[in-house]
Amino acid sequence: MNFLADITNALPETILVAFGLSALLLGAIGGDRISGLLRLLAALALAAASVAAFVQFGRGEAISAFASAELSPNGLYRVTLFTLFAKGVTYAMASLALFMSGGFLKSAQMERYEYPLLVTFGSLGAGMMLSANDLMTLYVGIETLSLSSYVLAAFRRDSIMSAEAGLKYFVLGALASGLLLYGSALVYGFSGGTGFEVIASAPTSVGLIFGLVFLICGLSFKASAAPFHIWTPDVYEGAPSAVVAFFSTAPKIAAVALLANVMFVAFGPHIDSWQMIIAIISALSMLIGAFGALMQNSIKRILAYSSISNVGFALIAIAAGAELGSAAVLVYMTLYVIATLGIFAGVLALRRGGKAIDTVADLNGLVKTKPGIALGLLVLIFSVAGIPPAAGFWGKLQVFTAGIESGMLWLVLVGALASVVSLGYYLRLVWAMFMKPAGEPMDRTDASVAAIVAISTLIVFPILTIGIQFLLSAAAQAVVG
Amino acid sequence: MTGPMILTLTTFLPLVGAMLIMGLRVVGGANMASSASKSISIVTSLVTLAASLVALSQFNPNVVGYQLVDTAPWFGGSSYKLGVDGLAISLVVLTTALMPLCILQSITSIKDRLAEYMIAFLLLETLMIGVFCALDLVLFYVFFEGGLIPMFLIIGVWGGKNRLYAAFKFFLYTLLGSLLLLAALVYMSIVAGTTDVVVLQEGLNPETGALLFPPEVQTWLWLAFFASFAVKLPMWPVHTWLPDAHVEAPTAGSVVLAAVLLKMGGYGFLRFSLPMFPEASMLFQPLMFALSVIAIVYASLVAFRQTDIKKLVAYSSVAHMGFVTLGIFSFNEAGIQGAIFQMISHGVISGALFFCVGVIYDRMHTREISFYGGLVHRMPVYAALFMLFSMANVGLPGTSGFVGEILTMVGAFQASTWAAAGAALGVIFSAVYMLTLYRRTVFGEMTNEKLFDIKDVTGLEFFILGLLAISALGLGVFPGIVFDLTQGSTMEVLRMIGR
Repeated sequence: MNFLADITNALPETILVAFGLSALLLGAIGGDRISGLLRLLAALALAAASVAAFVQFGRGEAISAFASAELSPNGLYRVTLFTLFAKGVTYAMASLALFMSGGFLKSAQMERYEYPLLVTFGSLGAGMMLSANDLMTLYVGIETLSLSSYVLAAFRRDSIMSAEAGLKYFVLGALASGLLLYGSALVYGFSGGTGFEVIASAPTSVGLIFGLVFLICGLSFKASAAPFHIWTPDVYEGAPSAVVAFFSTAPKIAAVALLANVMFVAFGPHIDSWQMIIAIISALSMLIGAFGALMQNSIKRILAYSSISNVGFALIAIAAGAELGSAAVLVYMTLYVIATLGIFAGVLALRRGGKAIDTVADLNGLVKTKPGIALGLLVLIFSVAGIPPAAGFWGKLQVFTAGIESGMLWLVLVGALASVVSLGYYLRLVWAMFMKPAGEPMDRTDASVAAIVAISTLIVFPILTIGIQFLLSAAAQAVVG
Repeated sequence: MTGPMILTLTTFLPLVGAMLIMGLRVVGGANMASSASKSISIVTSLVTLAASLVALSQFNPNVVGYQLVDTAPWFGGSSYKLGVDGLAISLVVLTTALMPLCILQSITSIKDRLAEYMIAFLLLETLMIGVFCALDLVLFYVFFEGGLIPMFLIIGVWGGKNRLYAAFKFFLYTLLGSLLLLAALVYMSIVAGTTDVVVLQEGLNPETGALLFPPEVQTWLWLAFFASFAVKLPMWPVHTWLPDAHVEAPTAGSVVLAAVLLKMGGYGFLRFSLPMFPEASMLFQPLMFALSVIAIVYASLVAFRQTDIKKLVAYSSVAHMGFVTLGIFSFNEAGIQGAIFQMISHGVISGALFFCVGVIYDRMHTREISFYGGLVHRMPVYAALFMLFSMANVGLPGTSGFVGEILTMVGAFQASTWAAAGAALGVIFSAVYMLTLYRRTVFGEMTNEKLFDIKDVTGLEFFILGLLAISALGLGVFPGIVFDLTQGSTMEVLRMIGR
């Protein structure tokens, strides 16, 4: 039976759909009283989806495509090792982000049963768009993720900042979706289909390139790459921290991997048309992310710029093309999201008098008040900055290798410059934590966030510093082809 | 993993000590950790010294090539590979021998957060030893750049008033240089398919025997490596981070910075630039000579005008590093042997000078030259020791400073007369500023009332400075100890550049 096979092929998503729908029912009956239980269950469901994806990955199950339709004869959905790897990390990040959000949600009075559901459906959308083999599936996946994200950003209804963040995100996101749809329409018009294989085999024409440019604009928005990054700092600042911890990890790696997937699979033969576009977006992102954060005082805004800059680095690998870049994209983004999750766990861990910390000055003297978290943040920050011996350096090394191997030395040099500049603000965070006199004492830290800080720190250094070959060889299997 | 493991042990022993203190800090709290950290760090550094001496005893100077090699496969074309030649083992021993002294000094002079300080310091030791032992470019880079983090913390947390500026400048300057090195490294690993230093030094494709890097490519790679090592060394005009970092760093931080971290630049030229890019090194010889001579003369003149003792010693370091590059790029035996000797001798002497500054700084909390004067009346032992190190810094015969300077100049003279002449001018200038410094702080009448009850060196300080004095004199009288060890490396470098 074809249907059963399709369900098994998309097992991680099936788990999430099944859980999401039943949890919706449970939530409607139980209300906010069972929100804690639902959160735990959702984290487990996401973890199960992640495990399912990695098991499929480990078995080397690369199903080229299935569920065919009229415009997409090869299938709407595609499960490759590349998408499985990205999905596995995405779901794992979502699960951990949900797991550690308990204390924050309680203190921010956000304990409502919709929260875990939105994260589940958002992650489902992320997984769907990763597996898209057709512009329609792609759009449905992106919108599932985006609609959940808009609501999540505005989840703190009584906060003006949060509502503003949600609204900004929604308006700009809708514009990006419009661009994406318009691009899809053009691509369809000039290639005669919406399936990626159809697009790949179509001859390069001006109309197709126009459509491609619109598509890149829309996808860059989702990945928060410059010059479509403007929403990022505002949304990061306004949205509740637990939500931002989710935004900056699971959807981030999914969006970048999606961009890679679309470029490599659907537009692989047209690489000459888009390589320079992606390279320029990459250079802009790295520089804007590096310079933009220098004058910021809010930690979350700094992290927003840091994510823009890091996406720029990952785009170097996309610009390098499928063969050289796909493993590097996965390695870079995996290391980035692990470290970022840890940093956000640290941010969630730090509260003063029940209020979450906000500015860099709030971190002052952290090494005296919370030495363990300060040490963890030090390692994680240097990892995001790509300074050895933290594992983030390996990501940078892979990306630079891809860039130089494909002959884009100039882009790598821009990246080197951006790295130095961005150290200006990373070091400011370290400076505040280690070299300023201590401020008021912090509240007690929840065990769950402390655990996430500890785990991600240990993964970044020393586990992956020494054991990087395991991540590299896993990613190397996942070359898009 | 295969190999005798002694280098792995030497490299990672300090890390074990750091982990131990970190564990105590988390479990037992700050007070318990800081008292325990004293004995743990001393023992760790002494055991590390012992391990490095074992490595030295197993090292055979008559064998050409790298010895005591430990390898384990890693990823791609990179492997975990440690090994030493005469140059590396002598710098390793310099590092491990200085560390116990630094730690002893720090125990008395660091009052705040001692446990954290020791963690950073031991971490730094691991990374420094790793830099000299690494025989894989990627591994080298990890140690090389990783060293920035503990040094940033040491300057930033335990430094002086202006430490923010100094720490940031140190980090960003060095990082910019290293990232160019990283780009070059990535290119080399793509072309060669490996980052093994031995293969890259031979410069030939292992299968086809063709030249890996043609001369025009070498030029660019050489420049990228140069960017990194020139900042680290530091050479004029990218030396400006050094005086700031020295002035703000705590005493032991300055000692390590001058004695070991600066040597990474010279080591980098000898280990990578010359053997891997011989044609480019030849091409840039005039540039290197010009920059070296400018550094020697300019830094000496600037040193003369300083009002801060530490800054003066820092500029004198820049000048002395000029001799190192001068010797290296002479491409002859005398020059390179002299440069290596100068690196080790400068490690001892500048380390000792920073300890000397630390002695009076701990008592008076100022480094202004004008504050002092007539110290000989209250601190005769200190005056004698300081005199010895000042003279060694000037290059008085009988001290180690003399051997290094004379040999590099002999080497440079064979390559370029005018460069040697410029360097000789620097020797005169160095006497001018060092003697002036000595006269103004130690001689004369004691006019500053605050100095009247200043105490002479304590037993511990005497011990530290005495050991360094013995080393400086010993190396000056028996320079053969080092030369025998480094002869093989020098000949290897000369063979690889085809001289």
